[in-house]
Amino acid sequence: MRPQFPEFISGLKAVLPILIGVIPFGMIYGVLALDAGMLPVQAQAMSSIVFAGSSQFIATQLIGGSVIGIVIVLTIVIVNLRHLLYSASIAPYFKNLSKTKKVFLAYFLTDEAYAVAIAHFRSLDREQSHQKQAKNNSEHLIIRSKYKYYYYLGAGFGLWSIWQISTAAGIYLGAIIPESWSLDFTLALTLIALVVPTFEDRASLIAALVAGLISVFAFTMPYKIGLLVAAFVGITAGVFLKKRL
Amino acid sequence: MNLWLIMIAAGVITYGLRLIFILLVGDREIPDDIKTGLYFVPPTVLTAIILPEVLFSGDKLQLNFGNFRLIASIIAVFVAWKTKSPILTVAAGMIILWVLQALFI
Repeated sequence: MRPQFPEFISGLKAVLPILIGVIPFGMIYGVLALDAGMLPVQAQAMSSIVFAGSSQFIATQLIGGSVIGIVIVLTIVIVNLRHLLYSASIAPYFKNLSKTKKVFLAYFLTDEAYAVAIAHFRSLDREQSHQKQAKNNSEHLIIRSKYKYYYYLGAGFGLWSIWQISTAAGIYLGAIIPESWSLDFTLALTLIALVVPTFEDRASLIAALVAGLISVFAFTMPYKIGLLVAAFVGITAGVFLKKRL
Repeated sequence: MNLWLIMIAAGVITYGLRLIFILLVGDREIPDDIKTGLYFVPPTVLTAIILPEVLFSGDKLQLNFGNFRLIASIIAVFVAWKTKSPILTVAAGMIILWVLQALFI
């Protein structure tokens, strides 16, 4: 057996518990995308082209509200800005790989794949430093470390597959679920589930409230740019508070 | 703008955000101020999306108990805070909304 294979499988196994939670999100996205008037093929394509859950949710809301394109693109980009952090944080672990591999691996960098992979990479670091101290260089650990990007790929590919399949299931269901079920409300609820754990400190909570209030007052602004203004002011407030508190 | 164009533009930029440091960096760090700014992206952006979604019906602000979505959302925030479970949060919010609609509509 090639040494890459067990690494891939370990990554896949590590992401499995998370995948169970991802399935309903993918399905809800599929339902909402059709609700917003997207064609099934567009709804499905977005899950591969953008491949970032919360930004896809928000896109469905803006697309349904006939917002101009550039604002939709900017909003998706703002919601996805956090990937910069993941990219910087995981980069040192990929630095010895070829450019082609880096270009391929970057596509799979989602919240979930990042979380699973970085935990594994850091634990490999610890094992290696222990062994160095014990002057005991195991061949096995060196190989695991060399092919650790297969672990990340296992997690990323597992997530990608489930995201595509659950999107398809949602698209199928979206066509048969009646509007009286108010399933569009799952959008707000899903975002609530995502946002509450981010209120880690007073600064985040206050920054969020600032952004929230501005976006309510700016709701009737043209082109839905209220959201972008709110995010900008909220983030600025947060940075300011972080320095003060 | 055509929906396909929107998707491709958003997709290419999102991919760029994922790729940029992996491709360019050995172990260069993001400047601290930018890192702090990025830290506040999820709480601010998500809250700015949620509040109007829950408080407005069409173009009208509905800040009252007749707004069932508002009541269900407040309970969902509590469930999210206590359980940290997305599935329980969505389930609780939907059930509250359905019960209120069944009782009062």
